Amino acid sequence: MTRVVHYINQFFAGLGGEDTATVPPASKEGAVGPGRKLAQLLGDDYEIVATVWCGDDHAAGPEVMDDLLALVRAAEPDVVVTGPAFTSGRYGLACARVAAAVAAEGIAVVACMHPDNPGIDEAGTAPVVASGEVARQMGPSLETLAAAVRKVAAGESLTADDGRVGKIPRRNVTVDQTSAERAVALVLARLGGDREATEVPLPRFDQVTPAQPVADVTTALIALVTEGALVPDANPDSLESARATRWLRYSLDGRDVLPAGEFRSVHGGFSTVWANEDPHRIVPLDVARQLEGEGAIGTLHGEYLVTAGNGTSVGNARRFGVEWAADLRRQGVQAALLTAT
Amino acid sequence: MERAGIPTALLCNLTSIAERVGAPRIVPTRGIPYPTGDPSLGAEAERAWRRRLVERGLEAVATAVHKPTVFPVDQESE
Repeated sequence: MTRVVHYINQFFAGLGGEDTATVPPASKEGAVGPGRKLAQLLGDDYEIVATVWCGDDHAAGPEVMDDLLALVRAAEPDVVVTGPAFTSGRYGLACARVAAAVAAEGIAVVACMHPDNPGIDEAGTAPVVASGEVARQMGPSLETLAAAVRKVAAGESLTADDGRVGKIPRRNVTVDQTSAERAVALVLARLGGDREATEVPLPRFDQVTPAQPVADVTTALIALVTEGALVPDANPDSLESARATRWLRYSLDGRDVLPAGEFRSVHGGFSTVWANEDPHRIVPLDVARQLEGEGAIGTLHGEYLVTAGNGTSVGNARRFGVEWAADLRRQGVQAALLTAT
Repeated sequence: MERAGIPTALLCNLTSIAERVGAPRIVPTRGIPYPTGDPSLGAEAERAWRRRLVERGLEAVATAVHKPTVFPVDQESE
């Protein structure tokens, strides 16, 4: 009997939607929600011994992974399964991170989400198989997942034929044709009408469903966020000037202005002379405070979030967006102004 | 951020790129190195321009949109 532990979010655990997105990590014996169908597909040789879940906002935040891993470990899994997360960003991020952490402990694991899910790059070396875009496609997604579970449980590695997506570790192989021959073959394929043939797939941009508008900004909590790399003058947290891998937060409590000399931009993608002359050219705190004082903004959020948007990978940029949204939602922020250089 | 339910006004100069990657609420600014500024103006005029950009951003997050939408600041009232 192969012991399977399944990670899902609060929605699929039946606890509710956005209203319960902050529930902490928890677990229960046996299969829950989509795990029941997965158990059927896996058959009698497998048992979902426990289901672990966490609210999306909580799961996308810091310092939750130890708690989640402890719950997973406690159930003594042979195989861990996360998702399917479809295109849900915070859920996908959590599925990918759980999978990465479990893989690092040497436990067999497979995550399941749509290839456009912003969390996908966080899976590290853990394999991810494709789900559909939306939960309506649960059935076929679970079939792909069940087949992948059987393979990883048997110690086999997953390939694109199994529906594997995301980062697939590169392996050196010897091919029969030189790169010149392959390049000519690709040109000929394109001339023949094949627009997809490539050895280097490029990232695709997905469709974003706009959020509902704020009902009344004069009572709303509004955040200032930027990719303009504005940081305290000494850059105390060493924000990268290019290819940023992380983002930072700085307090605005008690501040009405961001004086030149106290803040500067460390962005490496444009001349920062104007930003450093007047940091409000990057983060408009002066007028935002004025508007708050006049009642045009309900309350200004007590910190600004910042990264450097310069040669940032699409994967990291998506992750920053998901993490920013989760962070702001946890603190009750209803809208954001994002300055971009 | 929009996908997660936080309406977000993107104040930027490269609006064509913003539209192409699907940012739903876009406020055009005057230069890449100074999204909420314009160094060619005097201090007071620049601050007034910044205020209008922020006000437009607030209007954008309070407006329902269904696809990438540009919210230009009215240049006439300067």
